Amino acid sequence: MSQSVLYDAPGPKARRRSRIISIVAGVLVIAGLAWLIITLGAERVTAGGVTQPGLWDASRWDIFLDLAVWRAIGRGVLATLQMAAVAAVLAIVIGILFSFGRTAKARWIRIPTAVVLEFFRGMPVLLMMLFVLLVFSTGSYWAGVAGLAVYNGAIIGEILRAGIVALPKGQREAGLSIGLTPIATRFLIEFPQAFRQMLPIIIAQLVVLLKDTALAYIVGYTELLRQVVNRLSNFYGNEYFFSLFFVVLLIYLAINLTLSWIARFVARKTGSHAGAAAAKVPGVEGTQAITMQRPADTGLDQTPR
Amino acid sequence: MDAVIENFPTFLAGFGQTLSLFAIAGLGAFVLGVIVATLRISPIASFRTIATIYTEVVRNTPLTLVLFGCAFILPYLDVRLDFFVLAAIGLTVYTSPFVAEAIRSGVNGVPIGQAEAARSIGLTFGQSLSTVVMPQAIRMVIPPLINVFIALVKNTSVAGAFFVVELFAAARIVINVRGDQVIAILLAVAAFYLVVTIPLGQLAAALEKRVAVLR
Repeated sequence: MSQSVLYDAPGPKARRRSRIISIVAGVLVIAGLAWLIITLGAERVTAGGVTQPGLWDASRWDIFLDLAVWRAIGRGVLATLQMAAVAAVLAIVIGILFSFGRTAKARWIRIPTAVVLEFFRGMPVLLMMLFVLLVFSTGSYWAGVAGLAVYNGAIIGEILRAGIVALPKGQREAGLSIGLTPIATRFLIEFPQAFRQMLPIIIAQLVVLLKDTALAYIVGYTELLRQVVNRLSNFYGNEYFFSLFFVVLLIYLAINLTLSWIARFVARKTGSHAGAAAAKVPGVEGTQAITMQRPADTGLDQTPR
Repeated sequence: MDAVIENFPTFLAGFGQTLSLFAIAGLGAFVLGVIVATLRISPIASFRTIATIYTEVVRNTPLTLVLFGCAFILPYLDVRLDFFVLAAIGLTVYTSPFVAEAIRSGVNGVPIGQAEAARSIGLTFGQSLSTVVMPQAIRMVIPPLINVFIALVKNTSVAGAFFVVELFAAARIVINVRGDQVIAILLAVAAFYLVVTIPLGQLAAALEKRVAVLR
């Protein structure tokens, strides 16, 4: 629904009022931020009676002049991206397998697959990582990759299934009538269309996957957060803790916002009306925009996890 | 199996913590999410901008980072709170934009004629929102909202890594003692999560079907 329908086009009086409220709200937010910045910047006396300079003091940021620090941060970024890339490829493969199993004609394939899917989607990713870590003793890297791949594979499987179900029936019938086997029909006719239809949602899910690589921190993998905040602040001293955390936050935001933007771009490019089919995918939150007034806006909201 | 039976009280205590984290953060996220969603569709431009920036920033921050900030950075800023409260704050903040987006997509899903009709009989912004658009939007919002809350249940496990002894942390504690029965312990913990998430998922699916029929 376009927003302007809910209220009249403002006249001069309402415009003035809205501008005043806008300014007041803006000032309040800026004041809040300023308070935060000043509080952070104030000098503090630690328990030991030593006066620490404020957080914006140059002495707490000087390590960023050192190229070695940036190289270390780069290694962290690479570790995170590498885990995300490997897990994403595996997740798509697993998702394709799941979607085929879930739409199979044979009952003995379909029902067990549904149960397994339900099981994986209902569990925290973290628990899966811990499971792989302890049961298969793989080391934290593969524990993280496996947990992310299986969990997101289950979700991508559901997305693809919804895409296949949402295709017009004639597609399958046409495939069968020209003599393709049912399996060939699925591979050559139905699946490519479903995949293209659902691509924006799949990319959005991959952004979630990238975000979730931070969970591997908990099972001990040295990704961005551990590499920068734990290791570097151990090395250079605790006074850099906050600065390093702040940098990690900014790096994550930059990567994720770029990817989200790409997902939105792909959605606009393909003009896919994936939202309608996504509405049938349980567990893909926020995609259920039921009507299609704003296709660019739908289907791209991320799952919380 | 006996490791699970012996330590059942530990699991139950952890499960209680998980549920209370879920209840508190869920309530908080719902309230905050409704506020953010209202700001995002409000007539005042700066409200919309503030809400959009908030949504984008929080949604693109990993949960681990949010809870890490709550557990380490907030105490550093002289916020002296229990780790449970800190984790609840983190989960509330992290979940709120997802609630807001679910609500907003529900509002966007109400056919435009409904709002036009409400406006044309002279209802104000507040009236048309509260008496015409929202009652319809809420219906469509409930299934995705339930999905957000399912994700929240699963996300409480991350708090286990930041000094809250909920189910995940309980599992780690028990495993430290009974390393010989890792599989049984982890499956038991998984069962606790599934007891909450699967029924909620079924509920969302069932509601979705009913809403679809109604429309």
